[in-house]
Amino acid sequence: MFKLLNQSPISARIGLAIVVINIVAALFAPLIAPFGETEVVGDVWLPMSFDHLLGTDQLGRDLFTRILYGARNTIAIAFVTTLLSFVVGIVGGFLAATLKGWTDLALSRIVDVMMAIPILIFALTVLSVVGTSMVALILVIALLDSTRVYRLSRAVAMDIEALDFVEAARLRGEKIWWLMRHEILPNAMPPLVAEFGLRFCFVFLFIAALSFLGLGIQPPTADWGSMVRENAGAITFGIFIPLWPAGAIAFLTVGVNLIVDWFLHVASGLKD
Amino acid sequence: MDSIAKLVLKRVGMGLVTLIVISLVFFVGVEALPGDLAEEILGQNALPETVEAFRKELKLDLPPHVRYFSWLGGFMKGDFGNSLANGRPIADLIGWRLSNTLFLALSAAAIAVPISIILGILAALYRNSLFDRAISMATLSTISFPEFFVAYILMALLSVQLIIFPSISNINDQMSLAEKLHAIFLPCLTLTLVVMAHMMRQTRAAIINILASPYIEMAKLKGLRRLRIIVLHAFPNALSPVINVVALNLAYLVVGAVIIEVVFVYPGLGQLLVDSVSKRDIPVVQASGLIFATVYITLNLAADVLSIVSNPRLRNPR
Repeated sequence: MFKLLNQSPISARIGLAIVVINIVAALFAPLIAPFGETEVVGDVWLPMSFDHLLGTDQLGRDLFTRILYGARNTIAIAFVTTLLSFVVGIVGGFLAATLKGWTDLALSRIVDVMMAIPILIFALTVLSVVGTSMVALILVIALLDSTRVYRLSRAVAMDIEALDFVEAARLRGEKIWWLMRHEILPNAMPPLVAEFGLRFCFVFLFIAALSFLGLGIQPPTADWGSMVRENAGAITFGIFIPLWPAGAIAFLTVGVNLIVDWFLHVASGLKD
Repeated sequence: MDSIAKLVLKRVGMGLVTLIVISLVFFVGVEALPGDLAEEILGQNALPETVEAFRKELKLDLPPHVRYFSWLGGFMKGDFGNSLANGRPIADLIGWRLSNTLFLALSAAAIAVPISIILGILAALYRNSLFDRAISMATLSTISFPEFFVAYILMALLSVQLIIFPSISNINDQMSLAEKLHAIFLPCLTLTLVVMAHMMRQTRAAIINILASPYIEMAKLKGLRRLRIIVLHAFPNALSPVINVVALNLAYLVVGAVIIEVVFVYPGLGQLLVDSVSKRDIPVVQASGLIFATVYITLNLAADVLSIVSNPRLRNPR
């Protein structure tokens, strides 16, 4: 592990550092933050100062504090959503690959149709009907995103399923769940892990975009996307407050992408 | 020629089936959700008679399949019903906004497509140079940055620091084309930046892929100049993936415009969709959602058909 880290290129190390910073900020937000999440501490849109490292937001809350708590909420929600999407997508994809026949056909056609609709439009339509609660948001995005995971895990599982050791396990009389858990899943891990990074970025950006549209995570919960939206008016006065949360979003996704790039490079076994 | 026609017809048929299924999804999706639309809108304190009357008005008392066909039939004729929020016909709301969205997407495409193809070819020509690396950095940042981040940076630079372009892209029919273009400059530039990297990378990858083939080796051994090899020998064969990626990005432009329209308060269909979602004006959401999906699917279909037609191996069958 450490050896691998020592050999890693500078870009991967930067990515790792970015992700670690974000995770620390998310985990220890209440300890690091100088103020409370929704505490009003001063005037509106104060400039950067020693008291308020990044200034204050549209209600006079400390922006640095909000960004720290935002890391917590935004990253946690995106992570849970991605995890859920992977559970659904992997189970579906593996089932389709091992059962084949009607299961495969039915699941694949449903996924085809869902993927033909642009995901933003689909999500907006569904959210307009079910309302914008946090649970609805997570379920809708996880379900829509799982179609992409399904495609990948089905393709990967198809390859593995054709190998001899799976056939051997099958002849031993193992059940389908056992096959999926013990034979296919461990061998499908590398592409799925890389995909997890990419899907996380996508889900993270997508939730940020929905929150930015006012249809994702609702105030007063601190969240980077909605913070951009709430402070957007500042920019026409030459106050660049919305760029901080927007930049925080970009910062984390760049970090994750750098790690994924490196991981793909290592997993593909290419040498420079 | 016959096999191409067959392929294309098959693909178009599939596209039509997808469209029908999707119209069903939009209809049934709203239908199957828990609760009654009328009660939902009027709130829990509404009198039963009011709810009943409202259900009549929304035609909720008819059986679902009758409503589906009358909704779809109306959709084909451009009659989308009335908005719940202000009672106006949805067609009036949508028509002008759809043309605005398409205007914005097409202007962005007109800039982005030629530039990214040329830059992609250059990147393939000067592989692994500084220029090539800069392009792959740019790609990484555009897939990582949220669209609104790019938009606000441009706004901060070009409309707040240097006051050249308006930060609110309000357009109306009285404006001349030049005035309109000036008004939409910032959203247009944002969209261009967002899609360009992807198109450049695909062009580069397609050309590099072809540069590995023996006939290029042959051309090289004949002593042709590199630019000539790339433009006359490699590019025609790379056309199919390039056209494909261009059409896909056009589809992305139309849909991706939603967020940019909100940032710049541009009167497009995306802005209408977002407003209607927060007002829970379901008929408008259904109609504009279906229009977006239709445009998206049609462009994806066009991408596939064009890449079939422009594939030289299919065009000259042995």
